[in-house]
Amino acid sequence: MNVFDFTFCGTALQALSSGALHWPDQRLLVVSDLHFGKSARLSAIGGAQLPPYETRETLTRLETDIAATRAEAVICLGDSFDAVGLDGMLPQAERDWITRLVTGLRWTWIEGNHDPAPVAFGGAHCAEHHLGAIAFRHIASQVDDGTGEVSGHYHPKAVISARGRAISRPCFLVDDRRLILPAYGTYTGGLRCDSPVFSTLMRPGARAILTGPRPRAIPMPRGVPA
Amino acid sequence: MLDKSGAPALLLIAPTGGGKTLAGFLPTLADLADGAHDGLHTLYVSPLKALAADIRRNLLVPIEDAGLPIRVEDRTGDTPASRKRRQRADPPHILLTTPESLALLTSYEDAPRMFAGLKRVIVDEIHALAESKRGDQMMLALAALQELCPDMRRVGLSATVEDPQAVARFLAAHPDPCEIVMADPGPEPDIQMLVTDEAPPWSGGGARYAIPAVLEAVKRHKTTLIFHNTRAQAEIFFHNLWLANDDGLPIGIHHGSLDRQQREKVEMAMVRGDLRAIVCTGSLDLGIDWGDVDLVIQVGAPKNVKRLVQRIGRANHRYNAPSKALLVPANRFEIVECVAALEAVKAHDLDGAPRGRGPRDVLCQHILIAAAAGPFSADALYARMSSAGPYASLTRAEFDACLDFCATGGYALRAYDQWKRLMQRPDGLWQLRDPRSATRIRQNVGTIQDTDTLKVRWRGRGGAPLGEIEEGFAASLSKGDTFLIGGKIVRYEGLRDLVVEVSRDATRKPKIATFLGTKFATSTQLSNRILTMFQQERWPELPAHTAEWLSLQRAVSRLPEPGRLLVETFPRDGRAQMVVYGFAGRNAMQTLGLLLTKRMEEEGLAPMGFVATDYATLIWGLDHVTDPAPLFDIAALERGLDGWLAGNAVMKRTFRASATIAGLIERQVGGQRKTGRQATMSSDILYDTLLKYDPDHLLMQITREEAMRGLVDFERIREMSARVGDRIDHVTLDRVTPLAAPLFLEPGRVPIRGLADERLLEEEVTRLMEESGLAKVDAGPSKPKWRVPY
Repeated sequence: MNVFDFTFCGTALQALSSGALHWPDQRLLVVSDLHFGKSARLSAIGGAQLPPYETRETLTRLETDIAATRAEAVICLGDSFDAVGLDGMLPQAERDWITRLVTGLRWTWIEGNHDPAPVAFGGAHCAEHHLGAIAFRHIASQVDDGTGEVSGHYHPKAVISARGRAISRPCFLVDDRRLILPAYGTYTGGLRCDSPVFSTLMRPGARAILTGPRPRAIPMPRGVPA
Repeated sequence: MLDKSGAPALLLIAPTGGGKTLAGFLPTLADLADGAHDGLHTLYVSPLKALAADIRRNLLVPIEDAGLPIRVEDRTGDTPASRKRRQRADPPHILLTTPESLALLTSYEDAPRMFAGLKRVIVDEIHALAESKRGDQMMLALAALQELCPDMRRVGLSATVEDPQAVARFLAAHPDPCEIVMADPGPEPDIQMLVTDEAPPWSGGGARYAIPAVLEAVKRHKTTLIFHNTRAQAEIFFHNLWLANDDGLPIGIHHGSLDRQQREKVEMAMVRGDLRAIVCTGSLDLGIDWGDVDLVIQVGAPKNVKRLVQRIGRANHRYNAPSKALLVPANRFEIVECVAALEAVKAHDLDGAPRGRGPRDVLCQHILIAAAAGPFSADALYARMSSAGPYASLTRAEFDACLDFCATGGYALRAYDQWKRLMQRPDGLWQLRDPRSATRIRQNVGTIQDTDTLKVRWRGRGGAPLGEIEEGFAASLSKGDTFLIGGKIVRYEGLRDLVVEVSRDATRKPKIATFLGTKFATSTQLSNRILTMFQQERWPELPAHTAEWLSLQRAVSRLPEPGRLLVETFPRDGRAQMVVYGFAGRNAMQTLGLLLTKRMEEEGLAPMGFVATDYATLIWGLDHVTDPAPLFDIAALERGLDGWLAGNAVMKRTFRASATIAGLIERQVGGQRKTGRQATMSSDILYDTLLKYDPDHLLMQITREEAMRGLVDFERIREMSARVGDRIDHVTLDRVTPLAAPLFLEPGRVPIRGLADERLLEEEVTRLMEESGLAKVDAGPSKPKWRVPY
C-alpha cells in the first residue's frame, strides 16, 4: 500500500490508498462513512437482500490500515452505521470484532446523519471533535470560519480521462482549509467531484487525491457552471 | 386452424407475414360471434408493443364489418393507468399484450377473477420469444394461467425456423403434445448483393458508399425497408441518405432508442403508405403489417442466415410473388460474408444453436411474482413451473435453492433469517413477510436489460422528447458537441435532472452517436462457409476488388483454412501485433482475446490491449510472441477461465443483468429509476463481495452459466479448439497483412487494465500538476514508508 503525503493547515498528513486519512504525528487514523450494517437495514425494510458481508469486508480493511500505520487513535467521521439501532442488529461475531477494535484504541465516533446517536461499542461520542487547529465533523460547515476542517458525508469520487480512458476513483478533496474524505464503507456509491456541491464548497486551487493502488493528487475537476 | 382448435397446443409455422396472425384469431372470432361469452376469452401475446396495436387495428376491421359483439383492447407499458385498472375490473373479450405486461397481470391478487373463463392464448412471433428470457418469463406466466384455467388452449405463431420441434416443446405445457402445422413457404426469394464499382471501405458499418445505389433502388420500388444491424449505423445511414435525397423522397427512421411518439408517427405514416422507405433496425424485425413493402435492403452482413430469411420475408408477403431483397456489404470483409449468406439462403441452410433450458434468474423473479399474487404452496409452484417448456428439466433441489434465494437471499451466512422476504406460515404456505414489498416486486418485473440510457429532449421548458442515448456516450459529451438522433443533428447543451438537453444544429458534422446496438455474432454455419470459400483457387462470385484482396493475402501470408488456425505476428505502431483468425464469432473471439492476454501477461509478454471481430482477434503488446502454440492449449485456457472469469467486466455485466432479473438489484425505487452510474458501481461491489465471501452463491452460479453461453461464449472456443487441434500455422511477417489491416480500424478496442493503467495515470497526473503549477506545492507521491500485503 502506498500513501500520498500532503500538508493541510500546517499539518503533515497522509492519504492512504484505501481512503483513510493518517496523521502520523498524532498516531491517528481517520475514516468516514463506514455504513456498517447497510445490507441488514435494506433487508429489514423489505428491500433487496444484499450479500451480508460488507461489514466484515470494511472491518478487514480497517484492521489492515490500523496495523499498517500502527495507529493508536481512530476517528470515524459519522455514518459509521447505516441507521440508528443497527449496532444491535449486526451478527454477534461482527459486534465482537468492532468491540475488540474499539477497546484497543482511543476511539471517537462522530455522529452522522444516518447515526445521529451514540453506539454501543465504547469509545467517545461527539458531534464534533477538535485536535490542534483542526475540527472533525460529519458534514462540512457551510460557513467558512477560517479554521481547518476534516469531514466526510459526500462520498466524493473523481472521474478523469487519461488518453481517452475514463478512470473513476473515490477521492479526498482538499483546499487550504477543508478536507473531505471519501467513503470507506464497502457498499457506498460516490458523488462526482464536478458536481455543483463541491464547486461551492471547495475553494479555487482545490485538489482531488485519488485513492487506488498509488494515491495521487490532481486539480479538482470542476463542473461547468450552469 | 378451425379444425385443430381443440388441440391443447398448436404451432403454426409460416413465412414472415403470410396472414398467420389473423388465422390464429379465427377460432376466437367464431366462438365469440354469438355474444354469449362473458369476460376474457383470448389472450394475445407479442414481443412488440407496436405489434399489439397493429393487430388491434387489423382485427377491428373484420369485427366491425361483420358487426360482431366483440371487445378488443391492448395492454402494454404504454397503456394509461386508468385504462389498465378498468381492464382488470372489466376485461375485454380479446386482450393484446406483451410478456412483461402479462407477467405483471399474473402478480395481482385478483388475477383468478380477471382470467376466469380464458379459453385461448395466442403467442405471436414465438420463434423470437423462444430465444430470449422474455419467452421464458412468458411461459412461466402461461403456466400460472393454465393453473387458473385448465382448459386454456395454446397457439404459437412462428416464422420459418430450423427446429420446429424445439419451438413446439417450448410452447406446450410439459408433457402435453403440440401439433405442428406448416404453411406453404411460397416462392423462393429473389435476393442479390449490391455490387458497386467503387469498393466498400476496409472497415466500418456505415455503407456510405452505397447511398446513391440505395436511393436509386428506393426510387424504383414502392416501399423499401432498409435494415441495419445497429441503431448507430441506422442513424448515420439515414443522415447520409437524407443529405443525398435530392428528390425529397419521403423516408423515415425507426429504432428502439427513438421516443415512442416519434416511432408511432413513422408507423402511422407507413401504414398510410406515405413513406417510400424506412431506415430501421431489429425493432421492425417482427411481423407488423407494413403494407406494400416490395423491397428489403439489408445493410451490413446479416451475421445469421435465419434472421436474414425472416427479414427478407417482409417484402411482398401479400402476394404470391417472390420476396425481393438486396444485401449491402458495409466493408470489404462483409462482401465475403454476404456471398456466403446468399449461398446459405439458396441451400435452405438455416442456422441456429439449441438454446438450452430456461435460466434460473427468471425463475427467481417468477417466484416473487407468485408471492405477490398471494400465498402459495412450494409443491404446487414447483409442479407448475416445471410444466413450462423451458423449465421441464428443473429439479426440485434447483427450485428449492431459488425459493431459498427469494426468501432469505440464500447466503452461506444466514444473516437475514429475521428479515426474510418470504416466510412460511404454520399451514405450510409461503407468503411475503411484508405485504408492501409486492409493489417493489411489480416494479421490477421484466427481463429486458436497459442499457443505462438517458432521455434526450429539446432544451427549454417542456421541450419535446427525442429519444434516448447511452449514459456512457452522454458522459463523453461536452457542451457544444453534436450528435445524431432521429436523423437530426443536435447540439449538446447540458444535463438537467438526468435528461440530456439539446438544441438544433443544422450546420455541423455530427460526432457519432454510439447507441449500443446488438452486436450479433456470425453464426457457426456462416463462418464455416466463409472458411470453405477461402479455399477456392479463384473467386468469380466475388467483385474483383475483393477477390484481389484475398489473392494478395494468399501471396504475402496465407488464408485461414477450415480445421487449422492461422496466427500472424508482425510489428506495427512500435508494438508487437498478433492476429488470431479463429472464426468463432464476435463474443467468443472477445473471450479468446481476454484469455490470451491473461496468459500473455503471466508469461511476461506485456499485452496492452486487443480488439475482436467475428473472425479474428488482434492483440498488441510490448513483446513479440515467438511461439503461439502453447498459448492455445485448450485445457490451460479452460483452467484459466475460472480464475479469469471471476474478475472480468463481462462477468460483472452478466451478474448485473441476472441480479436485476432475480430481484437482488432493484430496477426502480419508488418509480424513480436509479441513475445508471450508481447501479454500475453497486453491482460491481456486490459481485466482488460475493466472489470473496460466497463464491458458490446461486447468483454466482447463474452468472457463470449465463456468461459461458452468452457473452463469453466459451462453447465456440471449445468448438474452435476441437476443429483446429494442434494444427496452428504461425506466420511471422515484417508488416501488416491485407486480411489484418481492417482490424486496425475496428472500434471497440479493449485495454488490458493492470500496471498499464497506473502508468498512464501517472503520466496524466504529472501533466495535470505541471500544467496547473500545483506540482511545486507538494513533493508529490512519496516512496512507501511501510508495506502491507494488499
